[in-house]
Amino acid sequence: MIRNFCIIAHIDHGKSTLADRMLQLTGVVDARQMRAQYLDRMDIERERGITIKAQNVRMPWRSRQTGVDHILHMIDTPGHVDFTYEVSRSLAACEGAVLLVDAAQGIEAQTLANLYLALENDLHIIPVLNKIDLPAAQPERYAAELAHIIGCDADEVLRVSAKTGEGVDALLDLICREIPAPVGSPEAAPRAMIFDSVYDIYRGVITYIRVVDGHFSPRERIRMMSTGATHELLEIGVISPEPKPTDGLGVGEVGYLITGVKDVRQSRVGDTVTDAAKPATESLGGYRDPKPMVYSGLYPIDGSDYPLLRDALDRLRLNDAALVYEPESSAALGFGFRCGFLGLLHLEIVRERLEREFDLDLISTAPNVVYRVYLEDASEFVVTNPSDWPVGQKIAEVYEPVVKAMIIAPSEYIGSIMELCQSRRGTLNGMDYLSESRVELRYTLPLAEIIFDFFDQLKSRTRGYGSLDYEAAGEQQADLVKVDILLQGEPVDAFSAIVHKDKAYGYGTSMTSKLRTLIPRQQFEVPIQAAIGSRVIARENIRAIRKDVLAKCYGGDITRKRKLLEKQKEGKKRMKMVGRVEVPQEAFIAALSTSEAVEASAKKS
Amino acid sequence: MPSALPTGEPAPADGRLPGAALYAAYDVPFGVYVHIPFCEARCGYCDFNTYTATELGPSVSRGSFADTALLELRLAREVLRQAQQPATTVFFGGGTPTILPAEHLGLIVREIGELFGLTPDAEITTEANPESVTPAYLDRLRAAGFTRISIGMQSAVPRVLEVLDRRHRPGRPEHVVADAHAAGFEHVNLDLIYGAPYESEADWQASLDAALDAGPDHISAYALVVEQGTALARQVAAGVVPAPDDDVLADRYVQADETLQAAGFEWYEVSNWARSTGARCRHNELYWRDASWWGIGPGAHSHVGGVRWWNVKHPARYAAALEAGRSPAAGREVLDARAKLTEKVMLGVRMRDGLALTDVPEPGRGRVGDLAGWGLVDPRALDAGRVSLTQRGRLLADAVVRELLTGT
Repeated sequence: MIRNFCIIAHIDHGKSTLADRMLQLTGVVDARQMRAQYLDRMDIERERGITIKAQNVRMPWRSRQTGVDHILHMIDTPGHVDFTYEVSRSLAACEGAVLLVDAAQGIEAQTLANLYLALENDLHIIPVLNKIDLPAAQPERYAAELAHIIGCDADEVLRVSAKTGEGVDALLDLICREIPAPVGSPEAAPRAMIFDSVYDIYRGVITYIRVVDGHFSPRERIRMMSTGATHELLEIGVISPEPKPTDGLGVGEVGYLITGVKDVRQSRVGDTVTDAAKPATESLGGYRDPKPMVYSGLYPIDGSDYPLLRDALDRLRLNDAALVYEPESSAALGFGFRCGFLGLLHLEIVRERLEREFDLDLISTAPNVVYRVYLEDASEFVVTNPSDWPVGQKIAEVYEPVVKAMIIAPSEYIGSIMELCQSRRGTLNGMDYLSESRVELRYTLPLAEIIFDFFDQLKSRTRGYGSLDYEAAGEQQADLVKVDILLQGEPVDAFSAIVHKDKAYGYGTSMTSKLRTLIPRQQFEVPIQAAIGSRVIARENIRAIRKDVLAKCYGGDITRKRKLLEKQKEGKKRMKMVGRVEVPQEAFIAALSTSEAVEASAKKS
Repeated sequence: MPSALPTGEPAPADGRLPGAALYAAYDVPFGVYVHIPFCEARCGYCDFNTYTATELGPSVSRGSFADTALLELRLAREVLRQAQQPATTVFFGGGTPTILPAEHLGLIVREIGELFGLTPDAEITTEANPESVTPAYLDRLRAAGFTRISIGMQSAVPRVLEVLDRRHRPGRPEHVVADAHAAGFEHVNLDLIYGAPYESEADWQASLDAALDAGPDHISAYALVVEQGTALARQVAAGVVPAPDDDVLADRYVQADETLQAAGFEWYEVSNWARSTGARCRHNELYWRDASWWGIGPGAHSHVGGVRWWNVKHPARYAAALEAGRSPAAGREVLDARAKLTEKVMLGVRMRDGLALTDVPEPGRGRVGDLAGWGLVDPRALDAGRVSLTQRGRLLADAVVRELLTGT
């Protein structure tokens, strides 16, 4: 009796704690081995309270209602909008989903988006309110909200406390009773779906699969249906909660396989695995190549770290099929890489892992989206870097990516949310009241408008109650221009940006005034200009320095002054030359730092 | 609060110097600096190592300071041994040296003469507080062998003196100059400070004019520096008084340079002007020319043959070390070739005679063209093979040094 399920929850709503309780109740992990957030393996996952890689665990459970033994496969899904595709594959591996909502906070946009995704996948939904032990819990109110959203009765919403364990055994029983058993044909050609794939330095790539039809056994040859590549099955097994080899996996089972490949690209999420000797003719469908949505340049602060950065990216890539990068050089920042990411969180995570696991200090340029530019001669350019924007040629049309965004917030903030979306070139598509006091707003927004500080703005305008989710929704034509920033007439590539025509002036003035305070005075006057092509739209001026000398230098001052000088000389080495202008590295970092903060930077309590 | 000492390696208890340093100091001009760490009151901008009677308490007596200083002189004589030579200069600074009886200062001068010898043309200077120096005191200084006096005038404008916490009456320094001349001092310096909060261009001009009218043959003019830990720094941090503005300081410097030049003074170091070559302060030139000097007194710095060291700062600890037969040095550093080069460029460039192009390391020599182009070094001096600063270059001397040391 197999039951495959996942937990859909917002960050902070207690998903990992619930998983921890289940591991304990089912006896898979004993009290001695237990640690908090057992399934989150990476430090970064534990610290940020997010799941980046899907995990799964097999747990035995005897239903206390029927006395029947069940095998429960819980698949812990990534929890962020950047990883929607991975979420969708995890969902596709399940028949049911536990919709876990904080009884003190109610449902959030991202949870709602994943719920819709689960409903599209025909998953059976078990609504659960967590944290009922909190004094601030309002189970009545949020049960009614959940009932309204999924169309059930408020009484059917289970109430648990993952922290104390209250109600968790009842939830396990409910999973056995309500979630349908997997359906598949044991005799058909074997097919399994890959819902995650991770790289392990000792074992190579470990691929997580859900078997749909047939049976997979050790040592047989398997085929990846998207590429046709075949591999030998070195090991196959289940995770409970550590990997345990078995003599195979059959219909409905969830587990892992190892083939010895070294790169997750050879074992891609969403792909269908089949038996190379007896291949299925049709894949399970739903496979998609990961497509970078956001690009940014990553540069080592110390130029000599460039080879280290290259090696580090090569290593991360083994475990991250969505990460793309190619070398680029910037006059201002030296040698680095243009990297493509699924979204801002993905960017942040990659950057943080590079800095933390590989001990690198990095500068990242302002993130940008991918533009398609048509010239008047009908030729097309794909621009992933403002430096590639066609210059000196007649541009006919520019297309930018847009997203469908969903915002959930208390209804008292509707006005200020609308104002924000309006200012970000959004179009309102609809608005629904989830309950009397909470509203869901649906917008179409240019992706470029939300990758900077949109989420920060949303949070501050809604006193932290607003939540956001979005998905790619094609592209639209837009009036976009490239704004260059020039120091003494020399463009600084790292500061060029593609912005909407109406925002060019704002970007230009804010950047020039920021730089005026960040760049030290030089031996000569330095004009800072913002320009669209040859048209200057903003200008500031750094006056020439007039005094840089210590008045006194007598016996006791000499040692002190020499040490100061040596420090200044070190500082000078970290200067980058833009034309004749010396710009301290710190100025680049400060000018490029935005108050970007993604949803996931909130830490789990 | 006095400023902090540098960090260095520990100094040996007996004060011994490496043989190499003694060898290097052989034949190099030698001077003695004597630090008198006492003041009647502390000025708000001052971070020198000095103490009022209340700050010191009963443990340190001004009266016995000279005796303690003699102990250090004898230690110096012993350490220097065969490298010792007659002193070409002696300089008493502080603090307020003239807080001590002139005979005490004279005792120290005499001891220097006996231990090391003094060259026939030795320059013997003391700093003096305008309020405490009388004609009789000046006569006694002359009798003790002093040849030069440096008077802390700072400003001629009452409100500026008040901001600086200076207690002397306006006009008083000018009187002292006259008295010093009458007592037979050939060389008289006035110290000025510009850029104090609320000082106007006219105020500064009044100070310069007053100083020139008094007739000294040397004037030092220093930009006010807000030193960490001073009362002034606290006032600036609290927003009570405005911080000096670099552009204003630059204007004041230009004003001083023009005024002094018009009056027949010539700059010979960034902050020092003299009426003739003979009026230059030869003791200060020792510092800038990498010569040797022994600094006597609490917190005093010394340099002999590429070793720099500094004494403990507190007068009580200073005296205790010497009385126990130990060196009062708190720490020292032995300069390596790179540090020596840095110092040579850093100090040399501040002087009118400048630096020989051949003393500038190779990569920095390539920067000289830009420096001339920016108007920082004198192109005619370059033709003569020397790096010498223009007026604008003096204001940007530190930037010039960094360029000249490019790649080192």
